[in-house]
Amino acid sequence: MNSDSLLRAFTLLLKRDLTLAMRHRAEMINPLLFFVLVTSLFPLGIGADPKLLQAVGPGVIWVAALLAALLSLEGIFRSDFEDGTLEQFLLSSHPVSVLVLAKVLAHWLITGLPLLVISPLLGVLLGLPGDAILILLVTLALGTPVLSLIGAVGVALTVGLRKGGMILSLLVLPLYVPLLIFAASAVDTAAAGLPVTAHLSLISALLVLALSLSPLATAAALRISLS
Amino acid sequence: MLEADALTCIRDDRTLFSNLAFRLKPGEALVLEGRNGSGKTSLLRILCGIRLPDAGAVTWGGTDIGKLGPDYHVHTAYVGHRDGIKLDLTPLENLAMARALGKPNDTTLEEALDKVDLYGFEDVLTRNLSAGQQRRLALARLLITETVLWILDEPFTSLDVHGIQVIEELLDRHTSGGGMLAVTSHHAVNLANTTIQRINLSELST
Repeated sequence: MNSDSLLRAFTLLLKRDLTLAMRHRAEMINPLLFFVLVTSLFPLGIGADPKLLQAVGPGVIWVAALLAALLSLEGIFRSDFEDGTLEQFLLSSHPVSVLVLAKVLAHWLITGLPLLVISPLLGVLLGLPGDAILILLVTLALGTPVLSLIGAVGVALTVGLRKGGMILSLLVLPLYVPLLIFAASAVDTAAAGLPVTAHLSLISALLVLALSLSPLATAAALRISLS
Repeated sequence: MLEADALTCIRDDRTLFSNLAFRLKPGEALVLEGRNGSGKTSLLRILCGIRLPDAGAVTWGGTDIGKLGPDYHVHTAYVGHRDGIKLDLTPLENLAMARALGKPNDTTLEEALDKVDLYGFEDVLTRNLSAGQQRRLALARLLITETVLWILDEPFTSLDVHGIQVIEELLDRHTSGGGMLAVTSHHAVNLANTTIQRINLSELST
């Protein structure tokens, strides 16, 4: 198979998933709504003391982003598994890992990108200083693709199980923890006016690692789930 | 040529079949028969390469299909028990995706839809088609890529008499053009110009 037809399959699959998402807009908005609601409920729950909010803000936003991603993960493969299109991907004449990458990219565009866009607003809501909001955006831009990529491996492993949701959380959350620690602490550090290059380098490293390994692992996991 | 050698399939500690061997040459059809749960679908999934046999091997032109991977899949088309089409896409969108996954041939998507009597439905959401129409759309996938071996799991499910006839003609034309066919069906499979090899899995097991 030449690279032209592979590229066509990639873009067509990406387009297909985006079309399907547009035809199910309610499902698409769910994670975003969850993200906004959780973050905006915190000031009501713990009191509107600006210092306190500034201190917990980065952590709250990142935990909410992480849970919102978790909420939407199953969508990557569930419906394709149920109607048999996933089998067709495995039987395609293209490398499965490339097709997986298209699906993960679509998932990120549908669920990760909206979080990114709305996050500055939530930063302002929690009273984060301007520098911290900028770093929050950078960490989310680098971090949300990692959430989708790692999540895809977990979903691929559990998609064949009837009640895979619980196992999925247990499987994926521990792998999210390093990202959560570095990202939240990067925003904290930026709020204190200190340099954050070390944090950002580490998150970028996580992204590169996930980008190179996760599609292969996901493809292998799908084969196991479907056999 | 597709060759199966000493295939064994064990499911939930139950041996569905063992020591199964056959050989499928161009122009031939393999029809799998047997009671429900006798392992017909499992065998087809093994032939596809989705499932691994518990013993034995399937070879394509002398090479194990597991080793060939995509180089084997490019020659095969599989329509399983599940249709493998998206209900929230139109027939055209579904076929465009299916075509991109394999090696496209000269048949246009409209021609393929016409051949399965779905012309005029190309822009309707697949969800709004009847079960038989959805099945015919799934089978239209066979026509748009350059494949030799068609692996079909109960292709005639929910088709009416006319639909069955249309599909049988397609299958017959495929095999008489040098294609191969592996199929399970509860209906009698009538292919006038094709050598049919029958394997009854219920008689093999035990």
